[in-house]
Amino acid sequence: MTTYQEFIQQNEGRDGVRFSWNLWPSSRLEATRLVVPVSCLFTPLKERPDLPPVQYEPVLCSRANCKAVLNPLCQVDFRAKIWACNFCFQRNPFPPSYAGISEVNQPAELMPQFSTIEYIVQRGPTAPLIFLYVVDTCLEEEDLQALKESLQMSLSLLPPNALVGLITFGRMVQVHELSCEGIAKSYVFRGTKDLSSKQIQEMLGLTKPAASGQQGRPLAPQDAAASCRFLQPVQKVDMNLTDLLGELQSDPWPVPQGKRPLRSTGVALSVAVGLLEGTFPNTGARVMLFIGGPPTQGPGMVVGDELKTPIRSWHDIQKDNARHLKKATKYYEAMANRSAVNGHSIDIYACALDQTGLLEMKCLSNLTGGHIVMGDSFNTSLFKQTFQRVFSKDNNGDFRMAFGGVLEVKTTRELKVCGAIGPCVSLNSKGSCVSENEMGIGGTSQWKVCSINPSTTLGFYFEVVNQHNAPVPQGGRGAIQFVTQYQHSNTQRRIRVTTIARNWADAQSQIQHIESSFDQEAAAVLMARLGVFRAESEEGPDVLRWLDRQLIRLCQKFGQFNKDDPTSFRLSESLSLYPQFMFHLRRSPFLQVFNNSPDESSYYRHHFVRQDLTQSLIMIQPILYSYSFYGPPEPVLLDSSSILPDRILLMDTFFQLVIYHGETIAQWRKAGYQDMAEHEVFKLLLQAPLDDAQEILQTRFPMPRYIDTEHGGSQARFLLSKVNPSQTHNNLYAWGQETGAPILTDDVSLQVFMDHLKKLAVSSSA
Amino acid sequence: MNVNQHTPMASPYGQPQPGYTQPGYAPLDGGYPAPYAPYNGPASPYQPGAPPQGISGPARGPPTTGPPPISAPQQYNQYSHSQGDMQNGPPPMTQAQPRPPVSQPYNPGAMNMSGPHPTYPQHYGPPPTMQQVSNQMSGMQITSGPPTPAGPGYAPPHSSQPPVSTAYSAAPPPSYTQAPPPVSSAPTQPPPSGPAASQQYYGSPPPPSQQPFNSSLPPTSQQQFTSSSVPPPPSQQTLPPSSYSGPAPPAGQPPAPPVSQPQQSFPPSQPPFSSAPPPTSQPAFAPGPPPTAPGSFPPRAPPPSSQPGSYPPPTSAPSCQYPGPLPPQQQPPPSQPFPYHSGPPPPRAQMPPTSMAQSNHLPPGPQGPPGPPGPLQQPPSQPGMQTGYPPQQNGAFGQVRGPQPGYAGPYPGQPNYGAPAPAPAPAPPAQKRLDPDAIPSPQASDMPAVQKSRHRIDPDAIPSPIQVIEDDKAKSTEPFTTGVRGQAPPLVTTNFQVKDQGNASPRFVRCTAYNMPCTADMAKQSQVPLAAVVKPLATLPPDETPPYLVDHGEGGPIRCNRCKAYMCPYMQFIEGGRRFQCGFCSCVTEVPPHYFQHLDHTGKRVDCYDRPELSLGSYEFLATVDYCKNNKLPQPPAFIFLIDVSYNAVKSGMVSIVCQELKTLMDYLPRENPEMDSIVRVGFVTYNKVLHFYNVKSSLAQPQMLVVSDVSDMFVPLLDGFLVNVNESRLVIESLLDQIPEMFADTRETETVFGPVIQAGLEALKAADCAGKLFVFHTSLPIAEAPGKLKNREDKKLIGTDKEKSLFQPQVGFYNTLAKECVAQGCCVDLFLFPNQYVDVATLGVVPVSTGGSVYKYTYFQAQSDQERFLNDLRRDVQKPVGFDAVMRVRTSTGIRATDFFGSFFMSNTTDVELAGLDCDKAITVEFKHDDKLSEETGALMQCAVLYTSCSGQRRLRIHNMAVNCCSQLADLYRNCETDTIINFFSKYAFRGVLNNPTKAVRDTLVNQCAQILACYRKNCASPSSAGQLILPECMKLLPVYLNCVLKSDVLLPGADVSLDDRAYLRQLISCMDVTETHVFFYPRLLPLMKLESGSLPVAVRDSEERLSKGGVYLLETGLHLFLWVGASVQQELLLNIFGTPSFGQIDSSMTSLPVLDNPFSQRLREIIDSFRAQRSRYMKLMVVKQEDRAELIFRHFLVEDKSVSGGASYVDFLCHMHKEIRQLLS
Repeated sequence: MTTYQEFIQQNEGRDGVRFSWNLWPSSRLEATRLVVPVSCLFTPLKERPDLPPVQYEPVLCSRANCKAVLNPLCQVDFRAKIWACNFCFQRNPFPPSYAGISEVNQPAELMPQFSTIEYIVQRGPTAPLIFLYVVDTCLEEEDLQALKESLQMSLSLLPPNALVGLITFGRMVQVHELSCEGIAKSYVFRGTKDLSSKQIQEMLGLTKPAASGQQGRPLAPQDAAASCRFLQPVQKVDMNLTDLLGELQSDPWPVPQGKRPLRSTGVALSVAVGLLEGTFPNTGARVMLFIGGPPTQGPGMVVGDELKTPIRSWHDIQKDNARHLKKATKYYEAMANRSAVNGHSIDIYACALDQTGLLEMKCLSNLTGGHIVMGDSFNTSLFKQTFQRVFSKDNNGDFRMAFGGVLEVKTTRELKVCGAIGPCVSLNSKGSCVSENEMGIGGTSQWKVCSINPSTTLGFYFEVVNQHNAPVPQGGRGAIQFVTQYQHSNTQRRIRVTTIARNWADAQSQIQHIESSFDQEAAAVLMARLGVFRAESEEGPDVLRWLDRQLIRLCQKFGQFNKDDPTSFRLSESLSLYPQFMFHLRRSPFLQVFNNSPDESSYYRHHFVRQDLTQSLIMIQPILYSYSFYGPPEPVLLDSSSILPDRILLMDTFFQLVIYHGETIAQWRKAGYQDMAEHEVFKLLLQAPLDDAQEILQTRFPMPRYIDTEHGGSQARFLLSKVNPSQTHNNLYAWGQETGAPILTDDVSLQVFMDHLKKLAVSSSA
Repeated sequence: MNVNQHTPMASPYGQPQPGYTQPGYAPLDGGYPAPYAPYNGPASPYQPGAPPQGISGPARGPPTTGPPPISAPQQYNQYSHSQGDMQNGPPPMTQAQPRPPVSQPYNPGAMNMSGPHPTYPQHYGPPPTMQQVSNQMSGMQITSGPPTPAGPGYAPPHSSQPPVSTAYSAAPPPSYTQAPPPVSSAPTQPPPSGPAASQQYYGSPPPPSQQPFNSSLPPTSQQQFTSSSVPPPPSQQTLPPSSYSGPAPPAGQPPAPPVSQPQQSFPPSQPPFSSAPPPTSQPAFAPGPPPTAPGSFPPRAPPPSSQPGSYPPPTSAPSCQYPGPLPPQQQPPPSQPFPYHSGPPPPRAQMPPTSMAQSNHLPPGPQGPPGPPGPLQQPPSQPGMQTGYPPQQNGAFGQVRGPQPGYAGPYPGQPNYGAPAPAPAPAPPAQKRLDPDAIPSPQASDMPAVQKSRHRIDPDAIPSPIQVIEDDKAKSTEPFTTGVRGQAPPLVTTNFQVKDQGNASPRFVRCTAYNMPCTADMAKQSQVPLAAVVKPLATLPPDETPPYLVDHGEGGPIRCNRCKAYMCPYMQFIEGGRRFQCGFCSCVTEVPPHYFQHLDHTGKRVDCYDRPELSLGSYEFLATVDYCKNNKLPQPPAFIFLIDVSYNAVKSGMVSIVCQELKTLMDYLPRENPEMDSIVRVGFVTYNKVLHFYNVKSSLAQPQMLVVSDVSDMFVPLLDGFLVNVNESRLVIESLLDQIPEMFADTRETETVFGPVIQAGLEALKAADCAGKLFVFHTSLPIAEAPGKLKNREDKKLIGTDKEKSLFQPQVGFYNTLAKECVAQGCCVDLFLFPNQYVDVATLGVVPVSTGGSVYKYTYFQAQSDQERFLNDLRRDVQKPVGFDAVMRVRTSTGIRATDFFGSFFMSNTTDVELAGLDCDKAITVEFKHDDKLSEETGALMQCAVLYTSCSGQRRLRIHNMAVNCCSQLADLYRNCETDTIINFFSKYAFRGVLNNPTKAVRDTLVNQCAQILACYRKNCASPSSAGQLILPECMKLLPVYLNCVLKSDVLLPGADVSLDDRAYLRQLISCMDVTETHVFFYPRLLPLMKLESGSLPVAVRDSEERLSKGGVYLLETGLHLFLWVGASVQQELLLNIFGTPSFGQIDSSMTSLPVLDNPFSQRLREIIDSFRAQRSRYMKLMVVKQEDRAELIFRHFLVEDKSVSGGASYVDFLCHMHKEIRQLLS
């Protein structure tokens, strides 16, 4: 029998699913007592090179409000050619094309190993992908140049038939017409005026087809022609666009001393969204917004153009001192929703030393599945390579991106879905499997994910609705089916169906089983997502308190202890790491805003709620590797005690990659030993973490900030802020050891945290 | 008849007036009915006058029939028309009164007067003098103008030799100087020594009366009037002369005597007309009037010749002699008109030979060689003495009252009339004949005058613009120096050089009066508008120095502490030069140390002549940063070209023409130093329903187009790259201009916007923080959804109603607001319109007009035929010197202040005239009003300061100083007026008035004011004459004819074919015209082309169809139009020379330029045309009009002395009307 560990990994590998509990408590009451809800992390488009898509359409349950897809869990009567839906128990005849079905001749979707299967839908016209660049021109010359080059480069990465468009903005917003020859033509919008989608389309001259359409003329050709002016196939306007980008000047309006450049990001986005809305609704499209600073005018403005008024900080926000925050947020939210409805996603590439208003704009990406990339300058490899990686391809030569995804969840009747947390919006589809208890984005069984990539992971939260007095029959299984319809990057429409089932268990008699089925990693991430989701709308301390309470309750539930005796507290293996995750989560930038700007917080949170489990864990508890002469590289505790003079440390926090040279190593390096032949080994030692870092850099999206530092270096703070401060200036001598480096902080160490936790868990009054 | 008429007249007139203005005219054809009726009353009289032709009285009946008068009739016609046609007219007239005949006679005499005349006759006969007077008046005017002076003078010589001579002498004297005194004596003696007398005149005071006459005459011909009363005889004479001349001649002088007699019977009446009519009528009547009468008319015109002279001479001379006259007085009065004539001559005194004098003299000359010569000679000498004149005048005035007697002398002329009538008749005839011709071409007139005499009513008897113009030309041979205060400059039609000696050149400032009344009461009494037409940046001819640039250093120009007037020659330095006293407000200001200079023994600064601001009337100061907006030195200005690229614009070819031309024009942007490149930056925009901006930055390989479709909230999409330096971006610009026509070649967009277009330019200038000019090329009514959207509101039914004014008002308030913003930014807008239909110029023009811009309109633009005109306009408009962001303020000395301003500008308060742009063609008319008393010693000072940014981006102040005299005697005022300027003022006043008042009311106001002016003169300066005489001030004798032109203009009296747009366009156009332009606009120049000499232009003829000979070719220019009229029976040779074709039928009337032929005639003609075009600010397209061709209708519209199709009165008719108005006022 395999361990749960293996089972979990196998499931994750096959279906992209990690459940917090792999045995489900069979009643609502028991489920509630488990503290951590039945929930899962689901990666809809997990790369499955071994899974060839099938070329036909799925067979659906004929019950109108079910429409579940035929799956291996269904009971099939091969003779009668009938299958029973395992969700609603509806008996459905197979379609005529399945006439030849038999026990030995089963379609793929009935085979157990195809619990995840992908269909290619041939219906409907295929629309080309659309990439609309929205470029801020209020940039330093150097930055602009770098950005222009990146953009030009990207043209070569696009599929030839993809449509591209270009909108530039500064004080004004320009929509460039790409089809014209000779004079470069663009439509200009004032950066301060909020225009409705209809107005925008009128001003772009996109409404004429409609007018003529009324006269009974066919719409399509004109429609295409009209939109063609702004969105053209790459292969056709390659040269044009390259020239256009080449001639792009930085915003020509003078910026008086003491002012910020006027940046009409809000209107630019509005125009972009309006343009796509009018021309290609419900088609996969990517709006790529490149900004070098905060929006400073018009709707969606985040900060005024006076340099003397700094952009809002957390402090301002807490004091309700951020003038534009609410308005701007509302504006961008409305736009994000519009965009999401049309299936267009919005990426934000923000490169500036100061904040750029991501806090306000984050929903653009969060709701539409777009990327957010934050860097210091467009002229950094961080941006350049990240941007390049947006267009990375899989083994089949297809882009690792999909569009217009609609994700539907179906559950068996004991379960209901409470909500999802991830880069999605609700489609407000109220079905029988929708719980009234919302967690995350709830109240629906369908979500729209405008842009999905293979690592996009959503957290789904469920509620067991089975009543305690109506137990599930022994050996019964609950099932969940995820149906993801999307537009593949090769423009095919596809449907991926994942059906999973877990056993029900009686929490009273089988609590140990349930405990051992606990996936503490998944649970940590899922709880973290809930925490982050709350943090968006609640005060930081409240969220922490909530997290603490959950943790304590969990420990009380599963810990073994004598009442009021903290020292007797023990946790089983399946839960042993969980408190530690929580400890680091509490210190993480996802919940702590101290030392982070609102933009940074938004940025971190954005990535946290969409990355898969592994990456999420790294975010919660960074990985620390140690390189030394004493042995091969090894992971070490994320603890100040790991910081030793004769070690090189490599820390991966997902967002940063820190290589830290211990004091001695640093001195040696400074002395140049690595260049001496007799110290070849030292050279190798120095090289080792670099190589490992490269490996990580190459796969990670977005590119992490790469930091090479050493003992005493200013950048060492990145490391010092992450490690568990087991040694601080407060307790340095108490420990009386020379190892490790003291951290100058008042933060509690893991030890203290655990002590408190134990105390509280065992407290009878808690 | 007469009698009846008179009475009727009176009332009618009153009524008529209204009729006049509107109905009267309109009706002309048939409409008149009512008004006419009244008119007719008069008219009939007039006609009668006309009849003179006929002998009209009878003639009428007959005459009418006697179409012969035709020509004359036509004129008459108006009046007569009033009734019916000419022909009809007469009948009606006659109808009106039984005495048609009489009336007729009158007519003859009166011509203009005719109306009155007739009355006179009537009255005379039976009635009181009143009628006569009126008649006389009318007649007087007509004839009087020119003839009188000479007339009387001459007359005496001629007929009565002695008197004549006296008269003559008198005339001369004036010119000479006050010589008059002797004159007076002369008068008495005059008769005796014709020539000598004249001389004596000058010298002799006694004659004063006469002299005054003369003198007075000269100054104010009217004076004579006054005297006229006394001289009655003269008047008669005069009248007779004129009229006589006409009649007399024919009838022969022989009749003359009879005439006089007749007069006696009718005489009176005639006499009144006397001037012209009476004689005619009378003479005519008496003698074989008919023929003669007509002849007489002509004579009249000629009166000048000897008009009165001749006549007077005979009778007048004697009668003139006051004594004699007196009795006749009644009659005389009429004759007095002559005095008028005579009056004028005097002024001309110098001119006598030439103008009036000439006419008069001339006639005499011919007739009484001895006599005339004398005068003539004398006059010549006088010419130099302009000043002399004034003095005389003054003297005269002084005497006037007293002198009147003297006047009487002149009047005597009238008496002469009476008397002369008879006598003169004989002599006059010849003269008369002369006159007619003479008038047209004074020079020729002399002798030639005799050539022929027209039997019709004689337009020549009424003041002739051509005569006046030619006289002035002849007089102004030396440079005009501005040093002497209160000196009226030569007319605008005269070429003269100006020397700035402390007052601004008339090219910069022209005043209506150079001798202002001291008190508000006087001003009010006289009703003469006190105004100045300022053309601050006028271009000077090459031989005159442009204003010097003065730099007073960092402190800026030195100014009076209190009123802030700028340093100028009127500042009086005191206390050894340490302080100066302001000439305007008398405040004493310290002289800044750096500006200190010692005074010489006369109290003038030692450096006075080294500093323009102390010695010149016009100069510029360099402004400091304090004078700049926001205390920042201005940025270089910019030109933005905004081109309509809608379907119509592209199809008409406008777009490609503009683009093509702009490529060249880029090298001709205005600059101050021809050696340097212009620093004016340029930008381009095209538009239809949306706007396209172009980025033409030099670093671009291709221009970039930026489309702004958000027209509801205009903005400028780019800054850097929109306004560029031509040289840096030349390639990109050329590429752009090449591509624009291609890009829009297939456009199907027909809707346009307009408001946003201007907003766009404005925003661009705002963004660039500079002033500048927008050139908008626009085709259609902006109906696209956008701010400033307009509706088609063309509704001709509103014309003539109280709502008519709304047609001149902008349709929406949007453009007013926009204009205000433009002005604040210094954004001047020039609008080129290419409409195919109604575009609502009244609304579209609001911004250009308020920003100091211009509107150009090319209706039904076709590339082929209109390209040349458009391109020349465009070139000139782009190249001409221009200032930006200007503010003009007029400061005046205590006692008067500038109260009203007319022109293309904006005013946000009551004193500052703000001009976003000010070019060299823009003139501003400023009206002054008294707020206190002025003193004769200090005169009235005005300083017009214009703060502007030059096209090189320099902030400057241009200062024009002007000092005029002040008078406590009305006569002085009337002696120093400038009719052309007054007309300029009146037209602007009226054209603005139509915005808020019914057009009819505006016209009435004009007529009233004019009548008051003349009545006041009549009452106060020309006192003693009979009330029936029409006496015009010498300086204003053309006021009626010019005023009539204003009244007949398309704005005030539109014809059926005049579109609302045209009216609005003209209205706006006039508002910024200077005197030269208004003059030729209202009284077009009509040149006979039968003989061309290199170096000089042919002498113009009057704007009347009568003056056109079927065998001739004429060139007519209005400043906006240029016509070449070809008579139906023109000589083949002429055709060959001009068109290269031998046949009239082969002339292509659609040609817009003459074929280049290698013969001197063709060359010269084309030279002339070119030179005309060069003189005007707008290019005139040449239209070839063949006689009898349809296009002739258009052409005839510009024959402003004739009755117009739209109902405008003929000159003659109007004069009668005016006379009647005056009489009413006087009574």
